Amino acid sequence: MSTTPTIHGSPKGLLPLALSGVRFQRGDQVLLSEVNLTIGPRGKTIVLGPNGAGKSLLMRLCHGLVQPSGGLVRWALDERAAATAIRHRQAMVFQRPVLLRRSALANVAHALALQGVPRRQRSERAAEALERFGLLPLATRSARVMSGGEQQRLALARAWALRPEILFLDEPTSALDPSAVKAVEDAVLTFHEAGTRIVMTTHDLGQARRLADDVVFLCNGRLLEHTPAAQFFCDPQTPEAAAFLRGDLVW
Amino acid sequence: MDQNPFAQAFQLIVQMDPALAGIVSLSLKVSLSAAAIAAVLGLPLGAALALYRFRGRGAAVAGLNALMGLPPVVAGLMVYLLLSRAGPLGSWGLLFTPTAMVIVQTLLVFPIIAALSRQIIEDLWEEYREQLQSLGSSRLRAIPTLLWDARFSLITAVLAGFGRASAEVGAVLIVGGNIDGVTRVMTTAIALETSRGNLALALGLGLVLMMLGLLVNLTIYLIGEQARRRRG
Repeated sequence: MSTTPTIHGSPKGLLPLALSGVRFQRGDQVLLSEVNLTIGPRGKTIVLGPNGAGKSLLMRLCHGLVQPSGGLVRWALDERAAATAIRHRQAMVFQRPVLLRRSALANVAHALALQGVPRRQRSERAAEALERFGLLPLATRSARVMSGGEQQRLALARAWALRPEILFLDEPTSALDPSAVKAVEDAVLTFHEAGTRIVMTTHDLGQARRLADDVVFLCNGRLLEHTPAAQFFCDPQTPEAAAFLRGDLVW
Repeated sequence: MDQNPFAQAFQLIVQMDPALAGIVSLSLKVSLSAAAIAAVLGLPLGAALALYRFRGRGAAVAGLNALMGLPPVVAGLMVYLLLSRAGPLGSWGLLFTPTAMVIVQTLLVFPIIAALSRQIIEDLWEEYREQLQSLGSSRLRAIPTLLWDARFSLITAVLAGFGRASAEVGAVLIVGGNIDGVTRVMTTAIALETSRGNLALALGLGLVLMMLGLLVNLTIYLIGEQARRRRG
């Protein structure tokens, strides 16, 4: 593998991302309330919390897939940039990757087409992304007949080709076997080294310890802690987080 | 004339009677053209109806679904009124031509293809929406992506449309007129021969019609299966 290129090429960065007073409700049910959060330009943030805490929802609000019922989600270049320009500088990897019924290479090229990359450059960039994640031998293989681990790696390669400034990962390893989990964690580090901001949810506390620079802890739709990882795992500030780390508050 | 009608029908087929060949080829031309035109119009419309939310969408979906059951004779009558000498499009001189038959069958097939593809694309959109939005796809840009990814299911929708076109008799009879050598197709010929008492010929035509349908469906199924096995 070649030396890692720097992803930050734009004059003005997308980050920090600032959420102020963000609230989300469906009907009478408040799923997320009064979230204030700043995601700085570098690092790996792991979002933790019991099931139904609102982790996935928080990521979707940040990524712009869901609009908040109240409050503001603001990027550093919000004032001037169009919504699509902001979207094109982010990427998201889902728990279950959605891949199109075409070859691995064509899946990546499709994403590049949506980003407005000229046709001539697409296959070269797509092949480069596949190579980085060890998928070049499978380039012509149909994405739908790949194994679960290969599919998730392809989703990561697709995100890589987009050269995002920030990458959201929603429980990317929860459906994978241990070797595939390792591959995803390595991929996260590859993104990190290239300068991509990482925001990721997981149910795996070991994984959180391995990857986190800082931890966002959610419980019942409220953001209870946002602290450096070392502090969170040794000395949680809230009784909920302490119970969660002990395993008393998992599901 | 005492001969077994099945045997007589078989003889007609084996001998490749030229009149029969002409009828078969016109049937195929008309119904395949109608299915193709209806697919070109109906697939994008079905996809758009699946993706966009607007006032009156529910009524549009229900209306389209109801039109799947549009009686062929009613469709035939409407096109007849449009194309007849006194009608608004009478000057085109299309009544009692194969073109008129294609028009009326397109009208019958279009709701089937549009309604079925609406459902197919809506289900697929449910699965793809977040990923495609995350990649920055607009709804309009998602339409070709979804149509291509749903292609195996959509083939079945188009085949259902073709089946409806090749099986109906009322519409082509009214706008085509069942003119020998000009607008006579399988179904109108069967109706005519039955009323004349030529049951053997009618039966033979019926068997040919069913075999044609089987042949078209089998060919497309095999092509689809081959592609599906490669693409997953």
